[in-house]
Amino acid sequence: MKGYTVAVLVNNQFGVLNRVTSMFRRRQFNIRALTVSETETSELSRITVVFDGEEIAKQQLINQLYKLPDVCSIKELSDDNSISCELLLIKMQNDAKTRDEIKGAADAFGAVVVDYAKDYIMFRVADTTRRIDDFINLMRDFTILEICRTGSVSLEKSITTIRQVINL
Amino acid sequence: MLTSGSDIIVKTLIEQGCDTVFGYPGGQILNVYDSLYTHQDKINHVLAAHEQGAAHAADGYARATGKVGVVISTSGPGATNLVTGIATAYLDSIPLVAICGNVPTTQIGSDSFQEIDITGVTLPITKHNYFVGSVEDLADTIRDAFRIAKSGRPGPVLIDVPKDVQIATCEYEPKTPVQKEQAFAAKDVRVREAAEYINSCKRPYVYFGGGLVTADAQEEMLALAEKLDAVIGCSLMGLSAIPTDHPRFLGMQGMHGHFASSMAMHNADLIISLGVRFNDRVTGNRSKFAVGAKIIHIDVDGSELSKTVNSVCGLRGDVKLTLQKLLPLIEESRKPEWTSMVELFRQQEDDCLDKREGLTPRQAILTLNKHIGENTAVCTDVGQHQMWSAQNLNFKTSRRFLSSGGLGTMGFGFGAAIGAAYGTGERSVLVTGDGSFGMNLNELATAVRYNVPVVVLIMNNGVLGMVRQWQTLFYNKHYSNTVLERKTDFTAFAKAFGADGEKVNTVEELDEALKRAFECEGPYVIDCAIDKDEFVLPMLPPGGSMDDIITRLEAQ
Repeated sequence: MKGYTVAVLVNNQFGVLNRVTSMFRRRQFNIRALTVSETETSELSRITVVFDGEEIAKQQLINQLYKLPDVCSIKELSDDNSISCELLLIKMQNDAKTRDEIKGAADAFGAVVVDYAKDYIMFRVADTTRRIDDFINLMRDFTILEICRTGSVSLEKSITTIRQVINL
Repeated sequence: MLTSGSDIIVKTLIEQGCDTVFGYPGGQILNVYDSLYTHQDKINHVLAAHEQGAAHAADGYARATGKVGVVISTSGPGATNLVTGIATAYLDSIPLVAICGNVPTTQIGSDSFQEIDITGVTLPITKHNYFVGSVEDLADTIRDAFRIAKSGRPGPVLIDVPKDVQIATCEYEPKTPVQKEQAFAAKDVRVREAAEYINSCKRPYVYFGGGLVTADAQEEMLALAEKLDAVIGCSLMGLSAIPTDHPRFLGMQGMHGHFASSMAMHNADLIISLGVRFNDRVTGNRSKFAVGAKIIHIDVDGSELSKTVNSVCGLRGDVKLTLQKLLPLIEESRKPEWTSMVELFRQQEDDCLDKREGLTPRQAILTLNKHIGENTAVCTDVGQHQMWSAQNLNFKTSRRFLSSGGLGTMGFGFGAAIGAAYGTGERSVLVTGDGSFGMNLNELATAVRYNVPVVVLIMNNGVLGMVRQWQTLFYNKHYSNTVLERKTDFTAFAKAFGADGEKVNTVEELDEALKRAFECEGPYVIDCAIDKDEFVLPMLPPGGSMDDIITRLEAQ
């Protein structure tokens, strides 16, 4: 099994996300992360799907996506041809014993302290999924209170855009 | 001119070339029915006995004509009753537009009386669906629905229209019927690749399904088979596309396919597949399916290529246009060794053919063959009678065998036969079993009311024969709930509904009854006695390979 990232441009309409995720569910695609937001044009939304599977499952996912009338274009993104980023908010228990160690690790990862109280401390990290995984693993040595992460977003490293993909 | 939503619906249907719709009225679709009343000189509405029957009728109409079938229902239960009909069309890629009423937009989401989220319910069984929130969007939504339903790989589209949108008014300008999206041939490089495989093969098997019928590519397929000296087989959905007696045609393959057809496919070195999707009923155990063969797969739907079996060459494109591009690259060749090998399979098939006299299932269908005309649509339900029909009917014209292939919907046939009769303007035939017929026999009321000439042939064995067959073979003859033990008198039933009918026990009686049925103005029901232990053979056990094929049964 490999991880794949696929960006999907869809009509920005009520219920479109449901159409996409309903297809994933009924064909049992193994979705690891999914983000959705408006784009540079208000008519279109962009969905970024990260999923695990074989090459043939990826091809099937892309082909099935193309069949949805609300899907405008699709682009497969790899580490080589794109920049990916994910956002993490993590809330740690704050006590005198571990405070310095936690802050040291956070500094090493470029985590920003976004909230601080005597009993908890909250960090924000914007980085690749892999780096965020690493950071969370590091934090597991201490007491994690709560985690929220967004799933990865990706853009191609090129002058071309996803809208220029020809739908075939 | 300011036009109401309901008038826009009816006018847009007329504008799109639709002259017959099937349906059932109700509270939230009343306005559309009022508009149908006003426009009854231009559009004919057929009132079914049940929304499911209406959906199957629209589907049968579409299958027989290639046009988009239209079904109309009210909200709530009216809409949910369409579900099986829509799913049947979806699995067989049939162009269908379903229009449902719904509660007014102000009440949506409040669990009002007869409110259901039908776009949610039908999401996985439609090619696309719409909830129309404003009357301004209505006409273009219907046009879009027709375009999507018939373009590429066809399928059903549902439009949910709240009552206040039917009442509201806006400007309406008639437009010309929407065209299918431009079809395209597969890429040159793929076509050249395919030609190389084809030109070097020794044992070619051309395999087609419903996609060939949709693309209307029979001529091109026959030309290809002729050029490379191939034999031809098909899936259930392909039946009737070419005449049964075509010398290269071996018939349907698969779980209950013709022995020679399945054997030829199993022994081929190249399978050229046209508009098929290699369903499990076709392949059996996929790891043992045609192991010596390379597969070339042409389909308009790219997601079908390598979905279930791996092809060496997948060509995404319209089957007709792609074959037209491929044909000039194919070298003329003769393959006498392959031909004689297939001839041997044909002999083997003939050796195990059921040649018993008397009213056997095969004799019943052969007797029916004597009566059906060039243009007669034969519809089936699902089960043993469906397979006996598929194996033994003598097809002459494309789009004249209508059967629920993908979903396997018992109760499909009667609605479909009514729709087909409207579509062809001729008498249609329903071959059914007593189990399947019991599911939607209420549609006899529809056939009687409109005097639709449908010959109903019930192969009555008093059991759910196909399930029983599996119980015999794989469940230690535990006949759990497959023995019907009903006391239904189908002749009396036909008469009670205002039709005519009779019971037959011999081939001669069946022949006479069919003669009367084919002369009858309206529907005619023939209750044909079949033994409960009859089997559909050959049979490839589920998940089995050609080594496991059952051609004879000791018990018989």
